[in-house]
Amino acid sequence: MFIINCPYCGERDQTEFTCHGEAHIARPDNPSEISDEEWGRYLFFRENPKGTHFERWTHDHGCRRWFNVMRDTVTDQIIKTYKMGEAKPEISNE
Amino acid sequence: MKYSLYNLVKNSFSYHENWEKAWSSPDLKPEYDVVIVGGGGHGLGTAYYLAKEFGVKNIAVLEKGWIGGGNTGRNTTIIRSNYLWDESAALYNHAVNLWEGLSSELNFNVMFSQRGLFHLAHSVHDMQEITRRGYSNYLNGIDAEILNQDQVAKKIPHINVNGRYPVLGALLQRRAGTARHDAVAWGYARAAENLGVDIIQNCEVKGIDISNGKVVGLQTTKGSIKVDKVGLVPAGHSSVLANMAGFSLPINSVPLQALVSEPVKPILDCVIMSNSVHVYVSQSDKGELVVGAGSDAYNSYSQRGSFDMIEHMMAPLVELFPIFSRLKMLRSWGGIVDVTPDRSPIIGKTPVKDLFINCGWGTGGFKATPGSAHVFAETVFRGEPNDIAAPFSLERHFSGALVDEAAAAAVAH
Repeated sequence: MFIINCPYCGERDQTEFTCHGEAHIARPDNPSEISDEEWGRYLFFRENPKGTHFERWTHDHGCRRWFNVMRDTVTDQIIKTYKMGEAKPEISNE
Repeated sequence: MKYSLYNLVKNSFSYHENWEKAWSSPDLKPEYDVVIVGGGGHGLGTAYYLAKEFGVKNIAVLEKGWIGGGNTGRNTTIIRSNYLWDESAALYNHAVNLWEGLSSELNFNVMFSQRGLFHLAHSVHDMQEITRRGYSNYLNGIDAEILNQDQVAKKIPHINVNGRYPVLGALLQRRAGTARHDAVAWGYARAAENLGVDIIQNCEVKGIDISNGKVVGLQTTKGSIKVDKVGLVPAGHSSVLANMAGFSLPINSVPLQALVSEPVKPILDCVIMSNSVHVYVSQSDKGELVVGAGSDAYNSYSQRGSFDMIEHMMAPLVELFPIFSRLKMLRSWGGIVDVTPDRSPIIGKTPVKDLFINCGWGTGGFKATPGSAHVFAETVFRGEPNDIAAPFSLERHFSGALVDEAAAAAVAH
């Protein structure tokens, strides 16, 4: 990891950034209708994969903007960084 | 062979070359009544109590690496029970009660040293927090003393109470302390094998066989086995094993690292914890300072902490103890800890019948080892958690009855 490529600022030191957990989690559209179990799953349950992980980071000591990172949790190697709202990249060469 | 003075003298005549191995390496049998996945302290302890207290005969512990190579051998060995909430107090104090008799129970010196733990307060808010928690501890029968600045300075001569973040007081638990972490794994392994438990090292579980919603077998790197009941005690890899069984967990796995200094003569006779400046330190019997702090904020299975975290650990240490500023640090290491949203463990049933889980101990599992193993053994044997384990079910994440030790108590472990 060490160097992270911010989609807005370019390559910066890892210490400028903070990770905020799994990305692409959508809030349920019908909060009053779903069950306690579904709420629990939305709030607390996470993929936590050993391998490719999609996660949100902020560039705290830079542009202060949020973006997404595709990273391998075994090697800590960053595969790709991309802006919020962009589609989730495909996982290749499994 | 029992470890005793007689056997020590007897073996000295053969230059200590004929001690029998503490545990052997049996072959994997094709069928077991209970299989515990994960050969750390919690897993080995579970197998030990299942055999000893519940008379289960045919047990195996599967460990993908070697005994003592995971988080049991990668922590800062701190033991305490001064948690805020009643549920946590019951669980962690159950562990401290068992710690006090563990060396004689296992016939293995785990070097449990009740040297006392000082939880430092650096602000008015911190003082209010330790006062609230101290009174909560009183009510739960856990020893706690609230100290002011002068009392702290008197008890810990080298501490700098007037630093950038002055030490205003501390919460002292005298029954808290440290133990030798390797010895805990080895002691449980040896005691479990004496009761007939098969300890299978270098055996990784690759698949979990389920039939009609019940666990029936395991696929491992040493072959497939039939099982009646399975207890998962995998720590950092909890989500990986849960996925094999078709369910997910409210867990993120993150690196937590610690480091030790070069050994020096006795200088610190207690455990120091500070959440506000965030460091904890004690001195091992070898003389090394054992230092820890927070985990990294990103998911990882790499068993390596981030480099900048080391500075975050050293800066408060040197601020609190300027006398340590010229010590050299010898080694650092990382473990992968499974963190839950409320920083409390998950002990109990899973969506799969006869498959039980004990995980989510996050950054503070070592202190709970005997208590966790004891309540989990009963959970696996009876198929239902006992009163101590019941609040820590997976279902609390649906009911909302979280045991929130993250926000309420100071839980740097």
